[in-house]
Amino acid sequence: MSIRVENISKRFGNFVALDNISLDLPEGQLTALLGPSGSGKTTLLRIIAGLEAPDSGKIEFYGKDQTHQHVSERGVGFVFQHYALFKHMTVFENVAYGLTVKPRNERPSKAEIHKRVMSLLELVQLDWTAHRYPNQLSGGQRQRIALARALAVEPKVLLLDEPFGALDAKVRAELRRWLRKLHDEIHVTSVFVTHDQEEALEVSDRIVVMNHGSVEQEGTPDEVYEHPATPFVYGFLGSVNLFHGRFEQQQIVVGGDAIPHQDELLNHGSDVYAFARPNELTIVTDPTASHGIAAKVTQVLAYGLNPRVELESIADGSSVQHFQVSLPAHDIKALALETGQQVRLVPSRLKVFERTEASATGDEAK
Amino acid sequence: MTTVTETTTLTLDRADVWRRATEEPQWVRRLLIGTTLVFLALFLILPLIVVLYGAFEQGLKVWYAAITEPDAAASIRLTLLVVAIVVPINIVFGVAVAWAIAKFEFRGKTILISLIDMPFAISPVVVGLIFVILFGSQGWLGDWLNAHDLRIIYAVPGIVIVIAFGTLPFIARELIPLMQQQGKQEEEASLTLGASGWKTFWYVTLPNIKWGLLYGVILCNARAMGEFGAVAVVSGRIRGETNTMPLHIEVLYNEYMFTAAFAVSSLLTGLALVTIAIKSFIEWHEKRA
Repeated sequence: MSIRVENISKRFGNFVALDNISLDLPEGQLTALLGPSGSGKTTLLRIIAGLEAPDSGKIEFYGKDQTHQHVSERGVGFVFQHYALFKHMTVFENVAYGLTVKPRNERPSKAEIHKRVMSLLELVQLDWTAHRYPNQLSGGQRQRIALARALAVEPKVLLLDEPFGALDAKVRAELRRWLRKLHDEIHVTSVFVTHDQEEALEVSDRIVVMNHGSVEQEGTPDEVYEHPATPFVYGFLGSVNLFHGRFEQQQIVVGGDAIPHQDELLNHGSDVYAFARPNELTIVTDPTASHGIAAKVTQVLAYGLNPRVELESIADGSSVQHFQVSLPAHDIKALALETGQQVRLVPSRLKVFERTEASATGDEAK
Repeated sequence: MTTVTETTTLTLDRADVWRRATEEPQWVRRLLIGTTLVFLALFLILPLIVVLYGAFEQGLKVWYAAITEPDAAASIRLTLLVVAIVVPINIVFGVAVAWAIAKFEFRGKTILISLIDMPFAISPVVVGLIFVILFGSQGWLGDWLNAHDLRIIYAVPGIVIVIAFGTLPFIARELIPLMQQQGKQEEEASLTLGASGWKTFWYVTLPNIKWGLLYGVILCNARAMGEFGAVAVVSGRIRGETNTMPLHIEVLYNEYMFTAAFAVSSLLTGLALVTIAIKSFIEWHEKRA
């Protein structure tokens, strides 16, 4: 394991930022720390880098304890959300900085520094900006320069703090693909922090989902998305439809309706959360049908990139629940739905969690 | 064609009636600008002319003789010496305080920020008296100083101390907002790239604050040269020994040596003009950057 995080805790006053976290991050992989703001992901990254000191716990790189090592001696490359390029230096000087501040006996020759910087600038496809100043570049270009600067010192690990957070959507998507490609070329162990689940799913080899200073789940994007361990993870990784219900006789009773469900692990009579993604629900318009859950159409969006139908539960005194069903546009049109029409929702797949005190937080995720 | 002409006239008419919301009528503008100019002329330009006229009224030779007269020359030397000690002290203090306030979180930060302003709030005479009470021969530390044969009051160290005290806020005040605004990300980036704290300060922090620092130094310098009240209390006004330029000017004036007084004044005035010029240059440079 190249980065090992052992029992790290950190408080800011009364706020618990990290609560006894342990993680092993495999060598050569790109790991995403994913979580909402305040989940402690950035604090964890800064502790790994040495920019913040943990209250307790241990950080190891390749088996060597780094906990008391100063940030300048850890050999990390750090990329900041707002680039943090040196304003008064040219792009070339920025990238060369890590090499030029080395002690005289370790410093490469001028010619070698030049060669190394130029090859890094070529790697990030910005060699033509060498003599410009950071404020003459766009946000996306600045972030690529910041990455080249971090790579110049040949870091043992590369840490990126919301690297695309300050960029607009189009540039962000482009840079994501580019980072993935770059990582496939250089294979440096990397950790990046993001609150964007799509970004984490698209770019990383592994995802660590964090919430309230703890790790909710850790695994490959596929594992985390397909087999979420907690309601929070399920809710955080994409749009969801949530049914509050009770597990009774191999079915989930929601209000006056019921959905059949087989699950050996669930206790009979327990309160449950049942989740379905928008593409895992079908709409039944037959008014005589009795299976599935009754709902009322509120909006039909049979166009755009994400055609869908918005619905809400038939109010039975409790709060109104919103549902979303994704369908191909022509299927939506074929259903000929009207606003206010009553239909039934039938899940093709359900993820059910027993309702406990601990899982109650999942309620707030979307 | 007719319609076009009509439209033009219409817009013109409107422009006449509709002023921009923040624009005042012509007579108000003239009145405001006029008042400003009269005040400037009376209170700034006129005194400046009087000083320069007084200094050079009897020709360059007399002026030169007045400033090279031994006591005058001694006061100039003393002033320069004090500035050469005080400005570096305040640079170190200002940078250290601004660094601490901008880059760290600690208790009592707001109290520290208000404490820095204290020298501006206290009357210079009171400042002088505080140090006389502390270091004077009847003061708290007087016996100890006497026993070790150290002189602070009525000597150069006392002058340095009160001027350093009085000019302490200038550089810190200039740097605190600047460094707060810049945050610490660039420093953090430098540290992750393997630079030591000292190299980070030298290559990253200092270049980012250099114009603000220079600005503070100039203000500090001007004030250090012109400081009067506190110095008058602690220096003992020994001619040729503990009189700085402002004190020497007063001595000359009291002895009805107006030309000499104006001659030395013209040096301080010259410094003020140079300061304003450098200050404008820095402001222009910062706006461009």
